[in-house]
Amino acid sequence: MSQELIISGSPHIHTRDSVDRRMWNVVIALLPALAVALWVFGLSALWITLLAVGACMATEWIIERYCFRRPCTLTNGSAIITGLLLAFNLPNILPWWMVIIGAVVAIGIGKMSFGGLGCNIWNPALVGRVFLLLSFPAAMTTWDPAVSSGLMQAVHTGASGVDAETGATLLATLKNSGHAIDMSRVDWLTLGIGDMNGSLGEVGSLAILIGLVWMLITRVITWHIPVAVLGSAALLSWATGANPGLELLAGGLMLGAVFMATDYVTSPMTHWGQIIYGVLIGVLTIIIRRWGAYPEGVSFAILLGNSVTPLINKYCRPRRFGMRKIRKEVAA
Amino acid sequence: MKTFTFRKGGIHPPQCKNTAEMPITPAPQAPLLTLLLSQSIGAPSKPVVKPGDKVAAGQPIAEPGGFVGAWVHSPCAGTVKKIETVRTPQGYPAEALTIERDPQSTEVFSYPPMNPADASSEDLVARVREAGIVGLGGATFPTSVKLTPPKGMTPRCVILNGAECEPYLTCDDRLMREHAPEIAEGAFCLMRAVGVRHCYIGIEDNKPEAIAAMREAASQYSGMEVCVLRAKYPQGGEKQLIAAILGREVPSGALPVSVGAVVDNVATAFAVQQAVVLGKPLTGRVLTITGEGALNPGNYYVELGTPLTSLLQTDERVDKIIGGGPMMGRAMSNLDTPTTKGLSGVLTMCLGSMPDIQPCIRCGACYSACPMGLEPMLLARQSENSDWEYAARSGVMDCIECGSCAYTCPSNRRLLDWIRYSKTQVRKLKS
Repeated sequence: MSQELIISGSPHIHTRDSVDRRMWNVVIALLPALAVALWVFGLSALWITLLAVGACMATEWIIERYCFRRPCTLTNGSAIITGLLLAFNLPNILPWWMVIIGAVVAIGIGKMSFGGLGCNIWNPALVGRVFLLLSFPAAMTTWDPAVSSGLMQAVHTGASGVDAETGATLLATLKNSGHAIDMSRVDWLTLGIGDMNGSLGEVGSLAILIGLVWMLITRVITWHIPVAVLGSAALLSWATGANPGLELLAGGLMLGAVFMATDYVTSPMTHWGQIIYGVLIGVLTIIIRRWGAYPEGVSFAILLGNSVTPLINKYCRPRRFGMRKIRKEVAA
Repeated sequence: MKTFTFRKGGIHPPQCKNTAEMPITPAPQAPLLTLLLSQSIGAPSKPVVKPGDKVAAGQPIAEPGGFVGAWVHSPCAGTVKKIETVRTPQGYPAEALTIERDPQSTEVFSYPPMNPADASSEDLVARVREAGIVGLGGATFPTSVKLTPPKGMTPRCVILNGAECEPYLTCDDRLMREHAPEIAEGAFCLMRAVGVRHCYIGIEDNKPEAIAAMREAASQYSGMEVCVLRAKYPQGGEKQLIAAILGREVPSGALPVSVGAVVDNVATAFAVQQAVVLGKPLTGRVLTITGEGALNPGNYYVELGTPLTSLLQTDERVDKIIGGGPMMGRAMSNLDTPTTKGLSGVLTMCLGSMPDIQPCIRCGACYSACPMGLEPMLLARQSENSDWEYAARSGVMDCIECGSCAYTCPSNRRLLDWIRYSKTQVRKLKS
């Protein structure tokens, strides 16, 4: 027996789960969507992704090292996730320096200015994306004309007065044409696989769903947030006369619901809170898409959802054991 | 088959019941026994013998220090050596009686045997008290006090706790397999003592042999029933057990008897049977020696006061020794300490190193794990901020210290340490 015995409070055993395991499983879950991005956009997607991930990791390392003077936290994978998600939210022809600005804002302002992992209020990747969208609106909504599949051709020719050569996304086309496109021309399989224009990671809806299944199997997340976001968005778009399938598959809603709304730090703690939060995001997304100025509203909806998370946490608390009985007895 | 469980929270740690197939064997008798005077919750006992006195096996040597207190008996015949201050397993000083065994003497002290079927409730409670019986699940609350409910509260049933949800521990499992008729008779004594007609014996479904043995034994008594519980930690927590079996939640801050339940461990029921039917006071218990560093794992019947050094053989790598199970047991600072009534197991661990503590990522795992519906992350943060009033309002005193939150935390935060600290501060604030 060793001379010194370790003394600590109970419990003395610990689950094999860890922050690292969870974060790396999210990275794995992001890989199918990355593969689709490479297939649709080619090497430019890889370039943007590497740039964003590298810039995020470098920013985090510099701030940890020279501002916080803390041990390096890069191995937990959270900076890589932020970099991947930021890249997934950018067009493949964005200038390289804009990508770096986005990454520095995402990590520097979105995450480290609050104190690093676990302290931020908003999803860092979305802070970076919205910063870029508001600063460089033109660059952020200019899509690669080289990417225009049969699906886009069909829809674009269907929508009168829209030029297929600008390479607009499906949702932008929808918005510009006043939701008057010929639905019979939409090829759902192509839409699901993601052979169309858009941000890097948002196009491959089926790939994102594979990632969702992986995260559910490895118990990284529960079903509550994705189902609440997608369900409420589908319901509201159906109620307002739009095609729910198109709303779910054609834009960033799938990516947002599965990977960004589910960010632990910025989403509520209890399952009921998560459902309220998810419904809020789904409803806001459709409202922005239908009546707002932007064709796409997921980023804003999630950031607004993040903002009310502390409030949701305050009111959606778990039911305490033995409390209902007391109330009953007091009433009786 | 219907299995019972509590509704909210809970975890599934690896069970590691490695010693489940090892029969109970008597541990070697130590020449010198050290009996702590505070082996139970409540006031320390007062010695009724002096150094130099000859005592018989089973003779009372210390009386309760108050209503909440317990008798202590000598496990062996011998001579009282001295009354001195020793160290508890946690390193605190405590008064203890030392008895030197006399191998020649066969003198035995016992109480007159009783027939539980026609003994009065008062006599049974008095016997449980004079036999020094306390809750053997680990809480060591004097059983006689539990059997005398406060005025205005009527117990409706006795619940025997055979859940043994702690990983590693197998002493209750073995006791149920080997001594089921005695436990059932003990349960009958408890039913008679409390004056109820129903007794439920809760056993987790990972102990099929114990369930079968207890079913057969319970069939001899009317109103006694085995309830199979789903294996989930902390199924053996008193409030969780009652919620699982009766479907009622003990209100916050109230005693279990407020929902009509008196809960006792199966080992306690065994001790009650020994005291009532055979007249034998509580002088020993079954404990499990286990863990990867134990060279002599098994289930042992141990005389109280046996020094751990003579009981436990460990290998080189052991760097943590725990009294009790891995979830709620307490780490020991030294082994020069005797066994007590509350010690249900000795767990040896070879940790090597401790994993790093990372920042909270607000994943909500502790919220889902807490069986009391509390918010462990919030309670820990209030404790870090010394906000005791907020902590009290958030229900910190409801915490049963099961450790599910700290077990499940992916950031390995010491949630329960903070919550325990908060509880002591809130208690201070109230008094």
